[in-house]
Amino acid sequence: MNEYQYDYQTVKGFIVSCLFWGVIGLVIGLLISAQMWNPNFNFGEYFSFGRLRTVHTNVLAYGLGIGAEFGIFYYLVIRLTKRPLLFPKLARFHLWLFNVGIALAAWTLFMGYSQNLEYAEFEWPIDIAVVILWVIFAINVMGTIFKRKEEELYISLWYIIATIVTVAILYIVNNLSVPATLFKSYHLFAGVNSANVEWWYGHNAVGFLFTTPILAMFYYFLPKSTGLPIYSHRLSIISFWSLIFAYLWTGAHHLVYTPLPDWIQTLGIAFTLFLIAPSWGSVVNGYFTVESDWSVMKNKYLTKFFIAGITFYGLQTIQGPSQGIRVISSLIHYTDWVPGHVHMGTMGWVTMVICASIYYIIPHIYKTEIYSVKLANIHFWIVLIGQLMFSITMWITGIQQGAMWKMTNPDGSLKYTFIETVTANYPYWQMRTIAGIIFVIGMLFFLYNVFMTIQKGKKELAAKLAAVNA
Amino acid sequence: MSENKNSLYRKALLFTIVAAITVLIGTFVTMFYPMMRPEMHPKLENLKPFTPLQLAGRDIYMREGCMNCHTQTVRPLKADVLRYGDYSKAGEFFYDRPHLWGSKRTGPDLARIGGKYPDDWHYQHMANPQAFYEKSNMPKYNFLTNKKIDIDKTVAGLKVLGISYKPEEIEELKSKNEMDAIVAYLQQLGTSVSRKTVISVDENTVEEKSPLSGKSDAVAEGQRLYKIECVGCHGKNAEGNIGPAFADTQRTEKELFLLIANGSEGAMPGYANQFTREKIWALVEYVKSLKKQ
Repeated sequence: MNEYQYDYQTVKGFIVSCLFWGVIGLVIGLLISAQMWNPNFNFGEYFSFGRLRTVHTNVLAYGLGIGAEFGIFYYLVIRLTKRPLLFPKLARFHLWLFNVGIALAAWTLFMGYSQNLEYAEFEWPIDIAVVILWVIFAINVMGTIFKRKEEELYISLWYIIATIVTVAILYIVNNLSVPATLFKSYHLFAGVNSANVEWWYGHNAVGFLFTTPILAMFYYFLPKSTGLPIYSHRLSIISFWSLIFAYLWTGAHHLVYTPLPDWIQTLGIAFTLFLIAPSWGSVVNGYFTVESDWSVMKNKYLTKFFIAGITFYGLQTIQGPSQGIRVISSLIHYTDWVPGHVHMGTMGWVTMVICASIYYIIPHIYKTEIYSVKLANIHFWIVLIGQLMFSITMWITGIQQGAMWKMTNPDGSLKYTFIETVTANYPYWQMRTIAGIIFVIGMLFFLYNVFMTIQKGKKELAAKLAAVNA
Repeated sequence: MSENKNSLYRKALLFTIVAAITVLIGTFVTMFYPMMRPEMHPKLENLKPFTPLQLAGRDIYMREGCMNCHTQTVRPLKADVLRYGDYSKAGEFFYDRPHLWGSKRTGPDLARIGGKYPDDWHYQHMANPQAFYEKSNMPKYNFLTNKKIDIDKTVAGLKVLGISYKPEEIEELKSKNEMDAIVAYLQQLGTSVSRKTVISVDENTVEEKSPLSGKSDAVAEGQRLYKIECVGCHGKNAEGNIGPAFADTQRTEKELFLLIANGSEGAMPGYANQFTREKIWALVEYVKSLKKQ
């Protein structure tokens, strides 16, 4: 094993930072889930649902999700290129700027400085900071890849390259706006066009921030933690290219039955259905990798995180396309079904794989073993229960909502007033809060385990040094 | 693993370029190309740009994140049109930067809210939604009443959007608060399309006297419906508020029925779209029971 002067400080920094932002985002998530069934949980203008929901999604997407991706990608890239980062100091600066940026961004959202573009709410000064962050990251990662010592680009690197390129295009185009004041701007695009640009962005933000980066982790850490090689290289190639090709066509499935021209909607729906194939390419590849020796599910504790994760990815990529179909959209669009869908992806797939990757990386960096496999197993089962409870209650209440909105009396009048369709959700929304609490408890087990592993690693290192000096 | 030295998977720069082209194809067809077509930039003849007060209101609507719970697009589906009114037209959103269609209806769609209720309804409902719908989960926005409109910001916005305005309209903002602004914004939503009532009751089909007269459970059913939908305007105990009290109503039973069913433009929405005739008669029975003998 080669031992280069790897810069793990930045990796550690990002992992600790993303866990910090994760806790904040999760706690806000619990609060807004309670606001859904009791308005007394809204506290004044800064802690009302309209602002907090945006803080919740952004802190978790950018703070936890992308924070973890930055850290894990720095780790992956130096391993897969067999050389240190091209600019280690730039990476350190990137870490600091990231944390300052997320803190500032969260503050602006509390203040209500929002572009009202979903998942692109940051106002223009924060957008500029995000672009700078991304460019710094891109220079370092792409530079390191270009100057790599390993000739062959491993699958994970393909996904990392696609992520870097596509996110840059998406983020810059959708955030084009004309500033009026320091924290207020107006979208460069208007009306129907604004909606089309926004959901081209919105859907692909999911694709290139929560699909391709997580697949990059999956393709590296699944073989690493099981000791089994990826089942089919050819299948990886086919899935990769068809995934990144088809994704960009699908944004309009968010705009079914809106005034967006029908041909764009239909094209979006068609490509969305096609997207099942490349998504399941990776699912099948994952299953067949483990197929050669299922005993790893028992013996290697991380295997089940990856297999559960890819299973939820598989379910997510069946459910998502079916939601795009007009007849299903007409029932579940705008209901709580959709948050149920989203959270299966974020809790069941994204967070599951990120946690497993961190479980792999932390002991590796600190040259120790995981503090407790038992606690990791407890973490796994608790978050799994929390996430399933969350999604399933939301699906049920979403169908109920959609049906109640549609139901008519024999004389053609609507059966339910709107408020009746709202209050019928309350028991489910309360169950969702409980599910959220269960999930957060599971995540606390994870945090504790990671923290104790770090402590253990530090102690062992100190003991080793003491032995050398003695 | 490929053994070919010229493999794409050994050439990082080429790989990056091919990946970029791959993602740009769909981007071009579904995003850039439509942008160049006129159908993406339509404008209804009746559509007017925002007034300074309305724009200030729209900015507040955005600041408070109203779109996290309210959509602004009525789908061309039977139930949507029944509940909210005519489906949304592409030409209604010409001045919307960005669009505020939203993706979740925790609260109702607002695309046709303009003119549905009198201004007072919005002032009171924004300040205390639970006074209208006891179990509503909407936060209270009473703090808007105490906040002055940020005039410099509004003017900067008007300039960026290229909306012309009169100096007296800016002068007027000085005496207004944020609640005035958001109500002004809500009251213009969807008004470039004429109001369409899907179900209304023809007066020739309505009996002179309530067919439920004397049925004991009709009053109770009427009271139940009253509590769900009517308390905001007519008071918890029907003492009157935005709408009148019932104690001294002079209307006949048929007139009451038609008023509840078809509403009164600008004062009260009609309920024929969501109450059966039986329910409306039950409400009439409830009103009758409150009438001073």
